[in-house]
Amino acid sequence: MVKPEVYRSLGLSDEEYKRIIDVLKREPSTTELAMFSVEWSEHCGYPHSRNLLKLLPKKGKYPTLIGEDSGGIIVDDLAIIFKMESHNHPSQIEPKQGAATGIGGIIRDIFTAGARPIASLNSLRFGPLTEPYNRYLLRGVVDGIQFYGNCLGVPTVAGEIYFDESYSGNCLVNVMSIGVAKKDELARAFARGVGNSIMYVGSSTGRDGIGGCSVLASHEFKEGEEKRPTVQIGDPFTEKCLIEATLEALATGHVVGIKDMGAAGLTCSTSEMASVGNSGMEVELQLVPRREADMEPWEIMMSESQERMLVCVKKGKEKEIEKIFSKWDLHAVVIGKVTDDDIVRIKDKGKVVAEIKAHSLTQAPVYDMPYKKPAYLDDLNKLDITKISEPKDYNGVLLKLLGSPTISSKVWVYEQYDHMVQTNTVTLPGSDASVLRLKGTNKAVAATTDCNSRYCYLNPYKGAQIAVAEAARNLVCSGAEPAAVTDCLNFGNPKRPDRFWQFKNCVEGVASACKFLNISVVSGNVSFYNESVKGVVNPTPTIGMIGIVDDVHQVCTQFFKNEKEIIILLGTSKEELGGSEYLKEVHGQVKGDAPDLDLWLEQAVQRTALDAIRKGLVSSAHDCSEGGLAVALAECCISNKENMVGAVIDSLTFDVRKDATLFGESQSRIVLSCSKKSVHKIRDIAERFGAPFQIIGRTGGKELKILVGKRKIINLSVEGMFERWIDSLQSLIMA
Amino acid sequence: MKFGVVVFPGSNCDQDCFYVVKDVLKQPVKYIWHKDTELDNFDCIILPGGFSYGDYLRTGAVARFSPVMDSVIDFAKRGGIVIGICNGFQILLESGLLPGAMLRNTNLHFICKYVYIKTENIKIPFTNLCKKNQILKIPIAHNEGNYYIDDDGLKSLEKNGQIVFRYCSPEGDVNKESNPNGALANIAGIINREGNTLGMMPHPERSSEAELGSEDGFLILRSILKWLGSK
Repeated sequence: MVKPEVYRSLGLSDEEYKRIIDVLKREPSTTELAMFSVEWSEHCGYPHSRNLLKLLPKKGKYPTLIGEDSGGIIVDDLAIIFKMESHNHPSQIEPKQGAATGIGGIIRDIFTAGARPIASLNSLRFGPLTEPYNRYLLRGVVDGIQFYGNCLGVPTVAGEIYFDESYSGNCLVNVMSIGVAKKDELARAFARGVGNSIMYVGSSTGRDGIGGCSVLASHEFKEGEEKRPTVQIGDPFTEKCLIEATLEALATGHVVGIKDMGAAGLTCSTSEMASVGNSGMEVELQLVPRREADMEPWEIMMSESQERMLVCVKKGKEKEIEKIFSKWDLHAVVIGKVTDDDIVRIKDKGKVVAEIKAHSLTQAPVYDMPYKKPAYLDDLNKLDITKISEPKDYNGVLLKLLGSPTISSKVWVYEQYDHMVQTNTVTLPGSDASVLRLKGTNKAVAATTDCNSRYCYLNPYKGAQIAVAEAARNLVCSGAEPAAVTDCLNFGNPKRPDRFWQFKNCVEGVASACKFLNISVVSGNVSFYNESVKGVVNPTPTIGMIGIVDDVHQVCTQFFKNEKEIIILLGTSKEELGGSEYLKEVHGQVKGDAPDLDLWLEQAVQRTALDAIRKGLVSSAHDCSEGGLAVALAECCISNKENMVGAVIDSLTFDVRKDATLFGESQSRIVLSCSKKSVHKIRDIAERFGAPFQIIGRTGGKELKILVGKRKIINLSVEGMFERWIDSLQSLIMA
Repeated sequence: MKFGVVVFPGSNCDQDCFYVVKDVLKQPVKYIWHKDTELDNFDCIILPGGFSYGDYLRTGAVARFSPVMDSVIDFAKRGGIVIGICNGFQILLESGLLPGAMLRNTNLHFICKYVYIKTENIKIPFTNLCKKNQILKIPIAHNEGNYYIDDDGLKSLEKNGQIVFRYCSPEGDVNKESNPNGALANIAGIINREGNTLGMMPHPERSSEAELGSEDGFLILRSILKWLGSK
């Protein structure tokens, strides 16, 4: 009889333990218990989220591919495979290795599909940098990403960094990877064909990361807990060799199926490959290459040692596969074979230590969780704007916002990442989205990650919709047609009804916005239990979105290019201050409702901008997000260090309060600049799509001047704004 | 005119170099696995950037013991054209084909960005299409690009015109502000005494097409081609 404290320490509930006995019709062995605990964890089995995730659209404007470990879209004869995943809990404990192994894991998900990874992105969230531990986390996470990603030769091209009190005690590290394959050369993650061999390839197995996903990722942090041994250690050099060897092996045509050993290691790869293939599998653990002596069977099955894969190889072709991996100095060992029953049978020195139906492992229980709107929300949503005083010094407000850690330049971070290797990065980090050309075609892929979690805290449904809308807007501003989404859903404890209410609303918001914009959700990840003694994180449904640029010569960037060009604002500024960076940074309040989002208006604005860019009418395009129109204009002036261009905004209409016009975060607004002769053409396009259009000023000079009537309420030198914006983050980190 | 790109375990700019020679320079090119030793059919050997052997121990320190390196040394001694880019430069230093050593960047961070370099020696196979003191816009991406050599070594490099590129401002001023990594005397690239082996930290293969933001690096590849063609 297994003692309750044993299965509970593995993260299993009493009900789940009973269910295991029902499934097996007997008591589980230690190894079996361990296997169930990891396969039924949220990280692998999605027991609390699976029902809601069904809402996410699987169809969109591009043909969608849904694989076992990732998904993608088809563009001509290419498959663009991508996925985002969280590595929050490991990073909170050991930021460098936590982030590094996050990169390693997500990249393996891409190349196991047979796609060569072409880019990484990351969305990072920390508590305020005034706390030393948060500075340590940011430095460590960035160090981990550069340490691992740079060595791999996969460029880290885009991402975002947000700061909010809710992430103190539980940072978020969401990593995304994109890969490209010929569409008929994709690999699957299954084991099939009785008698075919099961080969273990890559690094050896150690005790690192044991129970990482069940113990770490499926519980909230409590004070004083020692969890460091559950964090894995990454070796990017081995991973680089593994990428090359795997792609070489797949090209032979001898591989039936392949799966990464990431979360839940050998347990996950054996049971899921057998389950997907409707096969059985027999494995002898003594054949597994190990880096430590005397490892117990359950330790080998639970280990999350990095840079390992399980491969199903056609019988008789094992030597050829072994030769490829040994060329790259990697293990490649036959450890078992495909069987004709549907059972995963694990042996140790010939003795059976686990014998479980593959499907019973992979079909985790599904829970419909109770949900309830948080009691505090009604109060929080009430914002009496008349009680917010309008600022006297608009220059001071703009400088303060430009220096706020969330808005300030992230150059200190992205210059530490190799963002140019593979020579595809057409638009470098520092614009709305990064763009990568697809060699051998005229096309390009644009990519971005987005989520304003403060909006999601105030209004999860609308906040999640905005995350989708803003990601799409960023892609449009870069010249791309928004194509498909991967989502990384970061929430608190799902067993608490108020947290689950946030989760439910966010998933519904993502689903509705994607459906409206005709964008499929091809892959994703759920991370629950993001809370600590310091509280729960803001609901954070991070959206990773890719878009397709039909002609790589039609990309667009956010910064003003030339003097004496016309500046246009598409969209409307409303009297909205709720959830804005301005309200928080200047008035010290997080209150109100998230900004309105009218998806019809959003679509009209996006179609106008994209059509104008594609017709070559636009010099620059930038979306208005945190900090509103004034920050967007400032960024247009200063984000190309080598050619900073000022602007005079003298015809902006102030239909609402001045601070709301300039710093409010009304959605569906894009700032364009263009030559004089293009203006009427863009106006025609805006009329055709029904997008609000106004000329607000012109480029030129060495200042950003914003006028109300004849009075300059903002008059700042581009140099001064640049200095505040460029140095702020670094000085906070180094404090 | 055949180019060879050496592939060490952990090289990650090998495919970029291969691509730029084949598809932009439009010349025949082959990969050379680091255990191959036959280089007779090549006219130019490229040691690409990356993290050969994971940069373990020290950048380039393990790669220099790969079997191909003895052949590369012979190839260079016989007058063959060798260019080491980034990690390739580090390997050339470790294998003794070029003098000096690399320290970590002074800010102790990896740095990836565009920089400017000044072309000081244009009488060599790698820069014969450049103008004297031509300023090139070209990216760097490294952890250890802080070039160091002792006083006598530096004097000798200066005297023999072995300093090919120095980091400079967009206007061409060689000063502290324009030095991204702390390299001694702003050195970004050097050549051997014989003039046939170049090591440089910046990446010409990343700046050989207009759509990537600069074509200045392509001058180096075209110069090699011109020199080989006229040989």
